[in-house]
Amino acid sequence: MSATASGLARVSRFYEAPIGKKVVMAVTGLILVGFVLGHMAGNLQIYLPVGEDGVHPIDKYGALLHASEELLWGARLFLLGSVVLHIWSAIQLASAANAARPVRYVKQNNLNSSYASRTMYWSGPIVGLFIVYHLLHFTTGTVHPDYKYLSVYANVVKGFSVWYASAFYIVAMILLCMHLYHGVWSMFQSLGFNHPRYTPRLQFGAKAFAFLIAAGNISIPLAVLTGLVK
Amino acid sequence: MKITLNIWRQTSPSDAGKMVKYELDNVSEHMSFLEMLDVLNEQLIGKGEIPVSFDHDCREGICGSCGFVINGVPHGPRRGTTVCQLHMREFKSGDELFLEPWRAAAFPVIKDLVVNRSAFDRIIQSGGFVSIPTGSAPDGNAIPVPKKDSDRAMSAATCIGCGACVAACPNASASLFTSAKVSHLGLLPQGQPERYDRAVKMVNQAKEEGFGGCTNIGLCEAVCPKNISLENIARMNRDFTVGAWTYREATAEGGAA
Repeated sequence: MSATASGLARVSRFYEAPIGKKVVMAVTGLILVGFVLGHMAGNLQIYLPVGEDGVHPIDKYGALLHASEELLWGARLFLLGSVVLHIWSAIQLASAANAARPVRYVKQNNLNSSYASRTMYWSGPIVGLFIVYHLLHFTTGTVHPDYKYLSVYANVVKGFSVWYASAFYIVAMILLCMHLYHGVWSMFQSLGFNHPRYTPRLQFGAKAFAFLIAAGNISIPLAVLTGLVK
Repeated sequence: MKITLNIWRQTSPSDAGKMVKYELDNVSEHMSFLEMLDVLNEQLIGKGEIPVSFDHDCREGICGSCGFVINGVPHGPRRGTTVCQLHMREFKSGDELFLEPWRAAAFPVIKDLVVNRSAFDRIIQSGGFVSIPTGSAPDGNAIPVPKKDSDRAMSAATCIGCGACVAACPNASASLFTSAKVSHLGLLPQGQPERYDRAVKMVNQAKEEGFGGCTNIGLCEAVCPKNISLENIARMNRDFTVGAWTYREATAEGGAA
């Protein structure tokens, strides 16, 4: 490699190492965390009252997001790219971990490590499958009982009236909560940020954030099932 | 005290190995864990059986030779303690203990509880040193070092390279060990010239040896007999990232040929 090695060689050199993969996971994770927060904020508009023109605010919000198909698809592809990189590096890290410990212990003791941190390779794929279902449910309407394009409010109420669909959403949000519980502070560690003063606060903040996201999202199917939103 | 031991017995690297049960009576609570195994071995030798092999040297908790997993915890239940400094008073009569070697592809079992930790030596050889002119000793305090840097460098330098971090890690990652070595040199002025190169070389060597990647679970820190902090791993991640992106080959322009 020359002194000014090509960008591609540099990227592959960096990505070859587990730390490179973790940095990719952290950066894509940060993007996805940002999306999850924005997505929940958008969702919570379901609780707003219907406007004077008879159109629900969340339907207006849906129309706003679809105002420019170019921008919408740009954002979708950006998120899709992040998800693909996040999953790809996770698969490689998991297979390296598997190869690194061919013989398991007879006795296992997990001491003070969190359940969430040890089950990232489980919570991640399940949330991934959920995202596929979620897109088929509310974006394409393929698995929705009565889907109408851009009728967000009606789609949500009808979609969540099916109890097992709501149940899957709730389970998926609990798993997302676990994933964020560890992931949101872990990405700072992967990017090299750790300080005895700030890291414990960051860990607390990550837990609070995870619960907030899960509680906000779970409230919607529950509100539909209990008839608060109809 | 009466102790039941289930010990991993493996005659050679190629042997499949299995857990074997031993009952031990009259264990004194004042014995160290290794002394208890010495007693067991005396009995085995008396019966004409092959004694249990385990690594040990100083038995003062400072050399890094000893270590195996007791009931799923490297070095056993007492925090910040090597197995040679663990005493039987940590256990109670009637306890059943499972002793297993460090489990990692990069640490192949040689015999029973003894594993080959040469992989750690090769990680050190790849960059865990400072290139300085030898000769007469420099003046003390000739190079100022901030107190907070020397504190952290010295804490990192307490790593004895026992391998418990790898044994505890669900990914069998050597990140805590490697980061301790990267930090203890990288925080000091003498270590600056090779700081980023060192991080890149040592991290790459750890990967070559077949250790996994770090997923920030923190079990390594929990079992480390020297209480090495996860903060070191963050520093290694930082130095590796900077080193990998700013890498350049040595050129003749510098006058170095």
